Amino acid sequence: MRGVDIDVQAASSMGIVGESGSGKTVMCRAAMGLLRGGNVRSSGSVVFDGDEIGNLPSADVRKYFGTGMAMIFQDPMTALNPVRRIGSQLAESLVIRLGMNKKAARDRAAELLALVRIPDPEATLRKFPGQLSGGMRQRVVIATAIACKPKLLFADEPTTALDVTVQAQILELLSDLRRDLNMAMALVTHDLGVVANHTDYVTVLYAGLVVEQAPTTKLFTSMRMPYTEALLKSIPRLDQPSGGRMPMIGGRLPDPTNPEPGCPFAPRCPYVQDRCRSEVPPLTTAADGHVYRCFYPIGGHG
Amino acid sequence: MKAKTTSIVDVLKRLAQLLLVVIGATFLLSLLLRLLPVGLKELYVTGLFEEDRQRQIKELGLDRNAFSYYLHWLWDFVRGDFGRIVLPGGGGESVASHVGRALPKTLQLVFYTQIFALAVAIPLGILSAYRAGRRTDRFVSYGLFTAASVPNFVLGLLLALIVGAKLEWLPPLGYVPISESFVDHIRGMVLPVLSLGIPLIASYTRLLRTDVIATLREDFVTMAVAKGLSDRRILFTHVLRPSSVTLLTAAALNMGALIGGSLVIERVFSIPGLGTEIGFAIFGRQYFALQAYVALVAVGYVVFNSVIDVIVGIVDPRTRERRGA
Repeated sequence: MRGVDIDVQAASSMGIVGESGSGKTVMCRAAMGLLRGGNVRSSGSVVFDGDEIGNLPSADVRKYFGTGMAMIFQDPMTALNPVRRIGSQLAESLVIRLGMNKKAARDRAAELLALVRIPDPEATLRKFPGQLSGGMRQRVVIATAIACKPKLLFADEPTTALDVTVQAQILELLSDLRRDLNMAMALVTHDLGVVANHTDYVTVLYAGLVVEQAPTTKLFTSMRMPYTEALLKSIPRLDQPSGGRMPMIGGRLPDPTNPEPGCPFAPRCPYVQDRCRSEVPPLTTAADGHVYRCFYPIGGHG
Repeated sequence: MKAKTTSIVDVLKRLAQLLLVVIGATFLLSLLLRLLPVGLKELYVTGLFEEDRQRQIKELGLDRNAFSYYLHWLWDFVRGDFGRIVLPGGGGESVASHVGRALPKTLQLVFYTQIFALAVAIPLGILSAYRAGRRTDRFVSYGLFTAASVPNFVLGLLLALIVGAKLEWLPPLGYVPISESFVDHIRGMVLPVLSLGIPLIASYTRLLRTDVIATLREDFVTMAVAKGLSDRRILFTHVLRPSSVTLLTAAALNMGALIGGSLVIERVFSIPGLGTEIGFAIFGRQYFALQAYVALVAVGYVVFNSVIDVIVGIVDPRTRERRGA
């Protein structure tokens, strides 16, 4: 990933979209310093609430977790410890991060479960993750994430692993919680419909690069970047006759370890020009604040 | 809850399985007795008056067929009658009294060894997984590899010689019962426990390290980090439990091996335990006593394994679900 500059305003909601492999999850984890291991090399800066935390040692960054930043994981089936009861996992951060005593933490845990609309919170506290459905587990994960009232919540494809029927409920829940708790949220998804309904701003990622950034309503009415247009076009539509070919983006993502010169989208872009193949376009900010990375934006330079 | 209603049936099923295992093992044992290259009659019933011959044959059950012999043996065994040490004229000491004296010593030795090995291996395993591939990990694994490649009797002899005889820090041999002096009891146990335990530490640490490394890759560990917990807390409260099933199972399997297999170490340190008795029985051709000892080891093996099964079920509820309880 390179050249990613994302700014989530307090109490607002930012959608981060892009196809599989475009770097959505990596970006989230990098922002929280959760990328670990020998083959991780990073540079850049992460500023939270005015504090530079990008180059702090892991143990210090963790002071911001829970109370400052929190994260919801993609797959609720693996995000909860299978050998510990829901209650102890949920109460844990309350005890450790907020210094509550065990009794108070347990009562608060039950309240949190009620807050994420789990029926019979008391019984759920005593259950193991394996005894809950995927939707219920994701609610528990959300309850854990908001337990210490974070200011910024990363939601990394919170509904991808869930049944379609549960997806809408979970997203609705997240939007409500965000409003009630006055949190900022970075919602990672590949579903533009989700972005349209639940975010204030959108960042479009392609091959590890920010390619477009705008307020949500603006992005959908006047996108500049051909990739965004292609994404929008590839949403299946009910008002088209069935049986036709699904619109899709031809080609595939470039190899991130071996970048070719030029705009990463150039090989797949319908409007590609010679210049696109030799130079990476810079991020351009239009007068209305709309940010895009293209030499020949749709609708011309605004 | 679902788990509670099925648990009694489960326990009964489990007990039935255990009984079958014990019966199968002991039956095979008593068949083996008949298959020995030496005839038992030639061994135990020679050079006697006819009268004594008949009595001895009857007492040892040599007049019965293998099946009927086994049933009688089992009936006696269950009641705690393990037969007698066979003397040519009849009337040796009861095997049960030998067991009564030897078994507690061996059990103490085995329990101390397990506790020592686990107490060292658990932190070491976690540490080397946490530092996998780094200097600490390599240091631990080379050290353990070296320790494990020394056979335990060599280790025992070296310890007895250096720590016991030369430095005189600890008694080089002998067993002191707890009732006599607790301190001396522990002092006498240190060297045998070290000799049995150090090779175990190596394998336990490796097992735990592998499982901890796998667990550390799980999402719930990343989530624990994102909750703002410290590494130490994550390792001990989130990672250890789901990683310990292989270790516990290995420890249970080792129980049986240790009870029957501490023979050499018991001899090195002159601890008159079950291993020593088994040795005497083999060299003294006391096959009936040997049958009882081995049967006891088999029962112990089965009992320890089911105890560990229960513990594993508590430690990792996923295993309970898989069994359908």
